[in-house]
Amino acid sequence: MRLKLPNPGLDDRIPSHKDLERMEKEEAGDRPKWDNKAQYLLTCVGFCVGLGNVWRFPYLCQSHGGGAFMIPFLILLVLEGIPLLHLEFAIGQRLRKGSVGVWSSINPCLTGVGIASLFVSILVGVYYNTIMAWIMWYLFNSFQDPLPWSQCPLNANRTGLVEECARSSTVDYFWYRETLNTSTAIDESGGLQWWIVLALVAAWSLLYVCCIRGIETSGKAVYVTSTLPYLVLTIFLIRGLTLKGSIDGIKFLFTPDVNELLNPSTWLDAGAQVFYSFSLAFGGLISFSSYNSVHNNCEQDAVLISIINGCTSVYSATVIYSIIGFRATQNYDACLDGNILKLMNAFNHPENNITESNYYDVLAHHNQTSPEIIQELNLRVCDLQTFLSEGVEGTGLAFIVFTEAIIKMPFSPLWAVLFFIMLFCLGLSTMFGNIEGVVVPLQDLKLLPKTWPKELFAGLTCLFSFVLGLIFAQRSGNYWLALFDSFAGSIPLLVIGFTEMVAVIYVYGVDRFNEDIEFMIGHKPNIFWQVTWRFISPLIMIVILVFYFVTQVTKDITYLVWDQEAENFPTLDPRPYPSWIYVIIFILAGIPSLAIPIFGFFKFIYMRCKRKDYGDSTVDTISATVQMNEKIKF
Amino acid sequence: MLEKIFLLLCFSSALANQLCKPDASDGYKVRISLKTALGDDAYVWNENEMFFFRSTLAFAMRTHVSGQRFEVSNIVVCNETPRVSFWFVVTQPQNLSQLIDKEHVEEAIRKSRSRINSAFLLTDNTLEFIGIQPTLAAPVEPVTPPWLIVFGVVMGAIAAGIIVYMVSTVVRKKRKKNEKTNGDDTDDETRVKTIESGRAADGVYNLSFADDERL
Repeated sequence: MRLKLPNPGLDDRIPSHKDLERMEKEEAGDRPKWDNKAQYLLTCVGFCVGLGNVWRFPYLCQSHGGGAFMIPFLILLVLEGIPLLHLEFAIGQRLRKGSVGVWSSINPCLTGVGIASLFVSILVGVYYNTIMAWIMWYLFNSFQDPLPWSQCPLNANRTGLVEECARSSTVDYFWYRETLNTSTAIDESGGLQWWIVLALVAAWSLLYVCCIRGIETSGKAVYVTSTLPYLVLTIFLIRGLTLKGSIDGIKFLFTPDVNELLNPSTWLDAGAQVFYSFSLAFGGLISFSSYNSVHNNCEQDAVLISIINGCTSVYSATVIYSIIGFRATQNYDACLDGNILKLMNAFNHPENNITESNYYDVLAHHNQTSPEIIQELNLRVCDLQTFLSEGVEGTGLAFIVFTEAIIKMPFSPLWAVLFFIMLFCLGLSTMFGNIEGVVVPLQDLKLLPKTWPKELFAGLTCLFSFVLGLIFAQRSGNYWLALFDSFAGSIPLLVIGFTEMVAVIYVYGVDRFNEDIEFMIGHKPNIFWQVTWRFISPLIMIVILVFYFVTQVTKDITYLVWDQEAENFPTLDPRPYPSWIYVIIFILAGIPSLAIPIFGFFKFIYMRCKRKDYGDSTVDTISATVQMNEKIKF
Repeated sequence: MLEKIFLLLCFSSALANQLCKPDASDGYKVRISLKTALGDDAYVWNENEMFFFRSTLAFAMRTHVSGQRFEVSNIVVCNETPRVSFWFVVTQPQNLSQLIDKEHVEEAIRKSRSRINSAFLLTDNTLEFIGIQPTLAAPVEPVTPPWLIVFGVVMGAIAAGIIVYMVSTVVRKKRKKNEKTNGDDTDDETRVKTIESGRAADGVYNLSFADDERL
């Protein structure tokens, strides 16, 4: 499709190929550069591989037909993920600017895309780092034996355990009461929890130290933060496979159910997961690739990073489910043992008379002879499949299910420390990309004086985000975080991603883009890229966006609450949001998305007015500044 | 004479049987789980073990109920099952037809619980007195929560990192200053820098006007 929207003055706003060659040779070091290719690749891998690979993908895989989920995931990875990634890398490397710079170079009316990326990066960064603070809290608490989430505290008169803990479990209690001290509704703020505030301080200041000089410092940190998770995953795999029941977990994960492929929500979830997993539309990837040399092979990088991301998802799913299989088997054994004990005590069988093998026979026999006693015993139904499928995603996986599995392993503190360090590294490397997506646009927008050092930008960003993040340190913080996660990190990204594609292919022009890539890497992108960039990927994005929007708008929005008074306690109770939440939802999802058309409209009007008054475009173009450089050489 | 003693014995055992029955108001049920506690090292529960148990209970009663000398015969056991569970009651030393109150028995057992447990190599969970809850041991809480210590260490490391960074920035700036006073080559570089970032504002001559002036 040769459709190209009119875009006057494009050549003045972007460096030409000759300028690029010259900048490459004479680069005086103003723009940061990667020390080596490995640093760049590790940073991108770290940005893409995050907590979602560990706690979202395994859940999706298991709930959408196990091994069969790989099919939509791989298809959409190839048709949606890789093209978008290649596009962002190529445009960043070509135009050599951060996200705001790139979009305003293509067309000043598109500045809104960069600003939307900025808003989304800020909102997502604020809540993502709160999860990091929780991980740090658990990490700090892992340096003791026995682990604090393995025991219930005693109640006031020392006669028994605290009721909330006895009714749910030790790990639930530690998460909902001792960590979050959660309230029962989102509007009950309950005040700040000082220990969470301290953890937030630690998380933001550690992030600041790592990002203080941009990629100079974070580029060194990624050598550790991007490689350590793989090491820990391997250790957990080896440990997991030696535990009883791990193979059941892996089998449960990968058992294919081909019927799920007919369910549209499987494809939808796969597409959404691929998109979010690549951290596209945040602006960080554009920034990172703009620090590359002009002739870096971005095509190869895109394919390599996509493959690594996909493989990491599958690998971590295997590890997670081996541990979940172990936990489920332990719970199943405990359930069965409890029932056997009750039977033994009620009917005075000698010990070890009833085992797992003859339990059901004995139960049947007694049910016939004395059913009333059996009724009174309240025997639990023990089913391994139920234990395996206990909904495990998100924070519930890391802080409840996995911690429960850890306390059943020997040398628990060691495994707890390893696990939380791994989660911390995964999240920290993602935050580097996030901060990049905030700080660089702020610099490009020239909102603050240029004389202020870069460290101050990073510091102000961290400080501002920390203050905003205090929302999540309240007693109702968990509910706010779930709100941010559902709305700030979903629809705006899809809108931005789609607009990026349209902007590059139809406003910048796919022909010019092809020539640029030929200039940069030596050959034109082949038919695969042409077809996916022009039709397939935008189409997939639109479909996902529309479906997402429709499902969010039509269903009643509820949130899950931890309430002792609820009927199904300890299961979380769904409650409807109060009406003023819809305003907040609009701010989170609507403002970044609407920033694109609003800025576009205003810039359009502004340019129209300016052109009427002055006649020519301003001198603020690259070619003029390059010529001034030549003049100075005298 | 012999007949009288025989009759007395029969009478007392009959009386004892009447006193001890399941769900007796002053009796307790005991449940012992040997295989759970000791696994392969479990001993067999037989008459001798039962005698030992009765004597431990008599010891507990002697120690904690003041003034009365309990004997093994004062502990009456009935309703033994293969599970190894049974009921017992405690009779008064002087009057074999009178039982000791439930509360006194409970108190005595509670206080000597650890001695009774260790006599049989069992624990609160494997030697159960149904109706007497074990007093729970309070979890040990250190004075400073350990997490604060780790937090302090991490914050210290971060502060050290920031200080190192600041020192290195100052050192860098000093080095740049020295280089600048030594050579003028850097002027071009700094000018190129400011131009390439797209602003012709700070410190660069607007050459068109300058040329005019020179002319």
